[in-house]
Amino acid sequence: MIFKAIVFLPLLGALIAGLFGRVIGARPSEIVTTGLLLFAAVLSWIVFSRVGFDHEVARIPVLRWITSGELDAGWVLRIDTLTAVMLVVVTTVSSLVHVYSIGYMHDDDSRPRFFAYLSLFTFAMLMLVTSDNLLQMFFGWEGVGLASYLLIGFWYKKPEANAAAIKAFVVNRVGDFGFALGIFGIFYVFKTINFDAIFTLALDVAKPDHADHTIQFLGGTFNTLTVLCLLLFMGAMGKSAQFLLHTWLPDAMEGPTPVSALIHAATMVTAGVFMVARLGPLFDLAPTALQVVTFVGALTAFFAATVGLVQNDIKRVIAYSTCSQLGYMFVACGIGAYGVAIFHLFTHAFFKALLFLGAGSVIHAMHHEQDMRNMGGLAPKIRFTWVMMLIGTLALTGVGIPHLIGFAGFHSKDAIIESAFVAHTAYNYAFWVLVIAAFMTSFYSWRLMFMTFHGNTRAAPDVYKHAHESPSVMLVPLAVLALGAVGAGVAFAHYFIGNGAEAFWGAVFEGSPDSAGDAHGAAHDFPEWVAWSPAVAMLLGFALAWLFYVRNPSLPDATARAFPSVYKFLLNKWYFDELYDWLFVRPAHWLGRVLWRIGDGRIIDGLIDGTAATVGWVTGRIVKLQTGYIYHYAFAMLIGVALLITYFMLGGGLSR
Amino acid sequence: MFEGPQSFAPIIPEIILAIGAMVLLMYGAFRAPSENLGRDVGWFAILLFALTLGYLVLQPASSSFLFHDAFVVDRFARFMKVLVLVGASVALLLSFDYFARAKLMWFEIPVLMVLAVVGMMVMISSNDLITLYVGLELQSLALYVLAAIRRNDLRSSEAGLKYFVLGALSSGMLLYGMSMIYGFAGATGFQKIATAASAGDAGANIGLIIGLVFLLVGLAFKISAVPFHMWTPDVYEGAPTPVTAFFAGAPKVAAMALLVRVLVQAFPGNVSEWQQIIVFLSIMSMLIGAFAAIGQTNIKRLMAYSSIGHIGFALVGLASGSNDGLEAVVIYLAIYMVMTLGAFACILAMRRKDGMVESIDQLAGLSQSNLSMAFLFAMLLFSMAGIPPLAGFFAKFYVFAAAVKAELYPLAVIGVIASVVAAFYYLRIIKVMFFDEASEPFQPAEPYVRFVMWAAGVFVLAYVVVPAPLIDAASAAVRSLRFAPTP
Repeated sequence: MIFKAIVFLPLLGALIAGLFGRVIGARPSEIVTTGLLLFAAVLSWIVFSRVGFDHEVARIPVLRWITSGELDAGWVLRIDTLTAVMLVVVTTVSSLVHVYSIGYMHDDDSRPRFFAYLSLFTFAMLMLVTSDNLLQMFFGWEGVGLASYLLIGFWYKKPEANAAAIKAFVVNRVGDFGFALGIFGIFYVFKTINFDAIFTLALDVAKPDHADHTIQFLGGTFNTLTVLCLLLFMGAMGKSAQFLLHTWLPDAMEGPTPVSALIHAATMVTAGVFMVARLGPLFDLAPTALQVVTFVGALTAFFAATVGLVQNDIKRVIAYSTCSQLGYMFVACGIGAYGVAIFHLFTHAFFKALLFLGAGSVIHAMHHEQDMRNMGGLAPKIRFTWVMMLIGTLALTGVGIPHLIGFAGFHSKDAIIESAFVAHTAYNYAFWVLVIAAFMTSFYSWRLMFMTFHGNTRAAPDVYKHAHESPSVMLVPLAVLALGAVGAGVAFAHYFIGNGAEAFWGAVFEGSPDSAGDAHGAAHDFPEWVAWSPAVAMLLGFALAWLFYVRNPSLPDATARAFPSVYKFLLNKWYFDELYDWLFVRPAHWLGRVLWRIGDGRIIDGLIDGTAATVGWVTGRIVKLQTGYIYHYAFAMLIGVALLITYFMLGGGLSR
Repeated sequence: MFEGPQSFAPIIPEIILAIGAMVLLMYGAFRAPSENLGRDVGWFAILLFALTLGYLVLQPASSSFLFHDAFVVDRFARFMKVLVLVGASVALLLSFDYFARAKLMWFEIPVLMVLAVVGMMVMISSNDLITLYVGLELQSLALYVLAAIRRNDLRSSEAGLKYFVLGALSSGMLLYGMSMIYGFAGATGFQKIATAASAGDAGANIGLIIGLVFLLVGLAFKISAVPFHMWTPDVYEGAPTPVTAFFAGAPKVAAMALLVRVLVQAFPGNVSEWQQIIVFLSIMSMLIGAFAAIGQTNIKRLMAYSSIGHIGFALVGLASGSNDGLEAVVIYLAIYMVMTLGAFACILAMRRKDGMVESIDQLAGLSQSNLSMAFLFAMLLFSMAGIPPLAGFFAKFYVFAAAVKAELYPLAVIGVIASVVAAFYYLRIIKVMFFDEASEPFQPAEPYVRFVMWAAGVFVLAYVVVPAPLIDAASAAVRSLRFAPTP
């Protein structure tokens, strides 16, 4: 009951606000949706303690859904530690974002619609994380995609918002294409899409002498599990904005800032990580696929961090940071440390939501100004926001003392870096790339802090004069998230990745008891310098940012002038948008025009007109048969009998 | 074999209805004529239907045989009887206001409907050629009268007469076929015919096959399969609209049930022969139904061709001969009945101050004057056209899937083509309702009519979410048909 309540309360809220929002008004809509979500969040923490610490595992059937031939997909809530963690993350952040939005959106005209979308999103996300089979997961997957589309385009009168919404949708289609193929493939090979059954059957398929060990795909013969896992991972790349499919995430910042915090930082974009972790037992059997996951994750972590270095829009910096941190999580998944990946997902949700909501508070104070070049010196004006952003930055950059204590990001991110070292990738590339990315993370995070809050202001004088602290309905969620950003690492490290990990996770990442399960927590066997390297990278990044933006503010310009091509390359995000425009968008336009003019205009219309004329002629003949004379009717019947009898008399229809 | 009172339990529904019809007749005949008499009798009839329905639902799931195996009650029979009872009740419900306005609410109408339903239930339960014929004729005689009930109206009388004459012709052929079957099989019981037909080379006997052809022709007339359909448009148009709604639902279901039972239980060894006949009937019905409907301007005539087409689609499932196919037929009939009754409720709501209208043009701009009705009608039409995710899509999907599984590819392909052509005339009505210049609004619909409209609309919409009950019931029904223990 409690599980169903968690999942369906947000849906109830969405329906009330969505269908009756105009009738009951904006304020009641806000109260209903927010109240229901707060309640769901409280329930989630109860579930979290029951599942995580008392090891209650359950399958809650909701309804029989689709039974067709061999396909049997029920609607079942799968409750285990992984689900419980996700429930906590989703409902907590979502309820705080709901509260925050009451303040942030207070002068918007269509608040009921906004809150309905938010709650709808939460419902879809909960469907995703509670799924017990791939179809359910796909349902949630597309549900969050839809909600994301609606929310990015929430201000639908803004052309950029519409374009961004469509872009997000289309880019995700590319990933979903792979995901759908993966599901089809899984069904093709295993004849089932239920997780437990897949994990058990996959053990057999992994054996080299099994008939389904290899599969024909795109004209070649490949290892079945590798192909399936890579197809599924393609979906994860789309949703989690990984390298090549990342272009939609920065543009998605056109949506309202609470949306960015909820969907494009804390929850939806982590769905890919969740999917890989959920399917961990399957990925474990496909080492090649895991290597790809590691590589793509490391590449994204590095790439997004480089772009983050030079962006000027406060939200885009955080967006690229999100992209980069998701890369970290995938690296952890790729080396089999699913617990570490989920731990980073967990802490990241707190401090990244905090940073986004803090940025929202800054934007609110600056009357919807987002360019950091027009900010500066805001710390005294919005002291509380500044403290919150500072905590978020400390958490993101991973401030802490190795072996001792630190902010949330310190515990989780350093664990990933250490695991990457232990995993021994080729030339230890994963480790080094992540350390370099940590350095850049620190640099762009502090750059954001310094450009926004410190130094002399570059804002227009009247804007600066009127800069004001946000109302407390926006600040309280910040404070709660800050609590998480400070304490989530210390409080939960023991269970997620420490000595308590085995008991905490149970058999979540192991398909069946006899699968070769290695410790999925953080490894502890590494030289001392490895533990210190992220801290050093972090300090270097801070120092460099301080030098560039506090000590000597003319340095950035000078550097940019000294390396113009590098600067341009980064500023234009490695020219991905231009490349895709040239590669896909323009040919698609061209193809569309051709199909429209020639294909549709000449061929199809011609065919249709011809067919329509023929149908009309046939109809006319048949209608004429219906004369109204009874002897004609009787005659028709007799003709029919005669035909059938003749047919059989002549022996045509007899089988024996 | 001694049959005590205990063993009459399975036939109690028929007995209730038969006695009930007599009682209602007496009540109507001896009661002083008053305005409300017809309506009272009608409500009693609905009560009877409801009682019967409750009794049927509560009966145990096992199959039982009566009267030396001439009468069978199994899950298939019960399912079909429930459909018939629902169809008849709804049609009766729809008729109250119509007949009251036309000053036609005679108590004979409900009595005739009850008698027709008794006939249909006997048909559904028949396990012997004799029972089959008795049930069929009881039903048909009541229907002939119902078609001509508006005896002052030329079209209604003409419809009844045409129906009667052609029905007599089809009955003759049916009896001829039955006598030939008896001659060659030496029995009238379905199971005995099956045994005889599959023994040695008797099954290949051309005499038996010709008997089967004639039998099928008689039944094809009842389900109005092409080319035995010619009566349908005229009767649908001529009969009063609620009677047409009745014709389009329950009798079709009963006759299809009978057809399925005869073929599956009496001729299981001759699948390859009857399959060819069914394929022929099916293709012709789908095509003629689709093409001829395009040329219609009267909505009732259009519904006649629509029902011919739907029967063609249902026959696709039967043609496959597999359990999947039979299940698809059962589901198709259930969904078809709901859609048809809903559509007729909409047609009954087409009423202006100066009376009913039946021309499709009169629906112009309905969306502006009565959006909810236009929406519901459109929903039902979309469903009939087979547009997902509405119920009608699944009905078609199941029969085509069964046909493909049975490797009847040409049939499935022609079926899909026919459903595309058929979509045109459904969409045309929707286009008229939503995009044409508005004409004068209709009178507000009566509560019963509105209720039926909404119930049907909700059904076609909700089926995609909860298909399981219907599917489970249908598959249980078909299983009982297949594995009926030979008595």
